[in-house]
Amino acid sequence: MFRRAPDRMRDQVTFTFDGNPIVAAAGDSVAAALLAAGIQACRTTPVSGAPRGPYCMMGVCFECLVRIDGVGNRQGCLVPVREGMKVETQKGSYALPAEAGQ
Amino acid sequence: MMVGVESAQIGRIDDLAGDYDVVVIGAGPSGLRAATTASEFGAQVLLVDENQTPGGQIYRSVLRAQEADRRRLGEDYWRGRAIAEAFLRSDAHYSPMTTAWSIVPFHGESGEIIGHEVGISAAGKTRLIRTKQIVLGTGALERPFPVPGWTLPGVMTAGAAQIALKASGLIPEGRVVIAGTGPLLYLLAAQLIDAGATISAVLDTTPKANWRKALRYLPEFLASPYAIKGMKLLCSVLRRTKVVRWVSSLSAEGEGALKEVVWRANGREQRVPADILLLHQGIVPNINFSNALGCEHEWDERQLAFRPRVDKWYRTSVPGIAITGDGAGIQGAEAAALQGALAGLGCAVRLGLIDIESGERRAAPLRSQLRKASRGRAFLEVLYRPAESFRIPQNPNTIVCRCEEISAGQIRSSVDAGAIGPNQMKVFLRTGMGPCQGRLCGLTVTELIANERGVGPNEVGYYRLRFPIKPLRLSELASLPQSEAAKAAVLADLADTHPPKNGRGERL
Repeated sequence: MFRRAPDRMRDQVTFTFDGNPIVAAAGDSVAAALLAAGIQACRTTPVSGAPRGPYCMMGVCFECLVRIDGVGNRQGCLVPVREGMKVETQKGSYALPAEAGQ
Repeated sequence: MMVGVESAQIGRIDDLAGDYDVVVIGAGPSGLRAATTASEFGAQVLLVDENQTPGGQIYRSVLRAQEADRRRLGEDYWRGRAIAEAFLRSDAHYSPMTTAWSIVPFHGESGEIIGHEVGISAAGKTRLIRTKQIVLGTGALERPFPVPGWTLPGVMTAGAAQIALKASGLIPEGRVVIAGTGPLLYLLAAQLIDAGATISAVLDTTPKANWRKALRYLPEFLASPYAIKGMKLLCSVLRRTKVVRWVSSLSAEGEGALKEVVWRANGREQRVPADILLLHQGIVPNINFSNALGCEHEWDERQLAFRPRVDKWYRTSVPGIAITGDGAGIQGAEAAALQGALAGLGCAVRLGLIDIESGERRAAPLRSQLRKASRGRAFLEVLYRPAESFRIPQNPNTIVCRCEEISAGQIRSSVDAGAIGPNQMKVFLRTGMGPCQGRLCGLTVTELIANERGVGPNEVGYYRLRFPIKPLRLSELASLPQSEAAKAAVLADLADTHPPKNGRGERL
C-alpha cells in the first residue's frame, strides 16, 4: 500500500497493533506507521460497523481514530508513535468499562 | 537536521505562562510569520500547534527534511525552512502537539471585550491561557469530495498522501489512481512519480466549460510566477503517466476496501483495479474557530466557500481576533506568510508597541508584495472550480456525512420535510454532529440544501459551531481550574436557557 523511501528509515521504534508488532520510524504518526505497515483500516464505525482508515492525515476527518494504550478515540494522525505503544482497532462506539456503570 | 527544532519549544503546557500578549494558533506560514513579527516588536507571544514540528501542512516536517526530501518535494517546499527557523530564533513560546479547542472572551468593566481565554490541551492535560490578541492561522482543509465509495479504506485525499510523503517519506505502492481538479492534483502526481510511485491514471474532473470562462484571466496568470511552474508540472505529468480529461462521474468500489475505480469520460464508462485512490478538488478555509467565535462570514462565490470577513490587518468582526492565511480565503502559502506578518504587525500596533504611523509604514511593502503574490489566483479559481456534480451528489446513496453515515438522498428528503438549513438538518439527521464537527460535510450539506430549495448558499448558511471545536475527554475538561470568565459564561448560558422562576414555577 505504502512503502518508505529508504532515506527515511532512521531510528526505529516498535509498537503493536492489535497485538502484532510493527516497526516504525521515530517521528511517524500512528496513522502513518499503520499505512507504512500495510494496514488500511483502523476502526469500524459506530453506525453501521463499516471499516474506515486514515483519510486526511491532518487531524480534521477523525477517520483514523484508534485506541492507544487503552484510551479510545485518539486521532492516530496526531499522535507520534512511541516504543512499546499499544495501538488497537477502535470497534464501533467507545464502550465504557463494565465497572464504570456499577 | 533536528538541531534547533526544540530551541523555543515548551515541553509541557504546565510550563506556559498564564498570560500572553498574543496567542497564535497554527504553525503554518501565516501563524509562524505572525508570531515572529509580533515577537520582534516585544510582544509576549505563544504559538500553539497540533503537529510535532512547525510548518503547517504546506511545510509539514520541513525542519526534519533532508536533501532527499528536498529533491522529492521541490524548492517551494524547502523555502518553508527559513520561515520556521526565523520563528524558532524569535522569543515566542512554542507549544507543539497542542490542540486549541475553545476561545472565550473576557470583558472589561464597561462590558467591552478586553481579551480572550484560550482552552488548550496537550498530552492529556488542559489549560486556559489568557491573551490580549489572538491570531488564527488555522489554514485550510480539502474540499469534501462526496462520490460513491469515498469512505472505503484505500481512498484518501491527495493532501493526505502528500503529508505522508513529507512527514514520513511514504510512497504509495500498487495501483494508484489520482482524481479530481486543481493545481495540487498535478503537483502531487509529479512528486509521487519523482519519488518512484507508479500512477495508473490521473482522472481530471475539470469541466471543459471552465477553460472558456478562465480565458479572460489568462493574461494576468501568464504574468504570474504560477504560469511557468504550472506548465512545467503539467508537461512532466502528461509525459510520465496516463491523464484522462473531462471526467464527469467517479466512484470507488469494493467490499470493505477499495478494489476498483469507475469513471465516465467522453460518454464512456471505464473501470480499473486500484489499491489507492487519492481525491482532491481544491482547498477551502477551515472556519471552525471563527464560526464558533461568532465572527461574521460571507459566501465567496468564486471560491465556493464561506470565509470570515477581515479588514486590512486581518481583524475579524470580533475584537481581538485576527485570522490570516488560507483560513481567511484561499491565497496560497506565499500570501499566507505576508498576511501573517501584517497580522503580527497589527497586534504590535494594538498592543501599543509601535504607533499606527510606523505600523502603516512597515505594512506598505508587505501589502505590495501581497498584491504581487495574489496575481494569477483568479485564473486558477475559475479554471479549477469543481463541477456541481462533484460538489452536490446526484446519486441519493452517496454518503455526505461520513461520521453519521448520512446520504445525499436522506438530506434531500429532509429538506422537503422542513429541514431548510444546516442546523435543522442536525436535528433531523445528526449531520455534522459526529467527531469531525462538519469539517467533511458542512459545505456539501449547505450546497445540497441550497440546491434542493433553489436558493443561494449564503441564504442557507453554515452549521452554527460550538466549543469545544475538537473533541475533549471529560476528564480533561474536569481538570480545568475554574476561571471567572468560565463561570460567567456558564451562568450567562444558564440564564438564557433556564430563566429564574417564582415560587409557583412561573417564569419571572
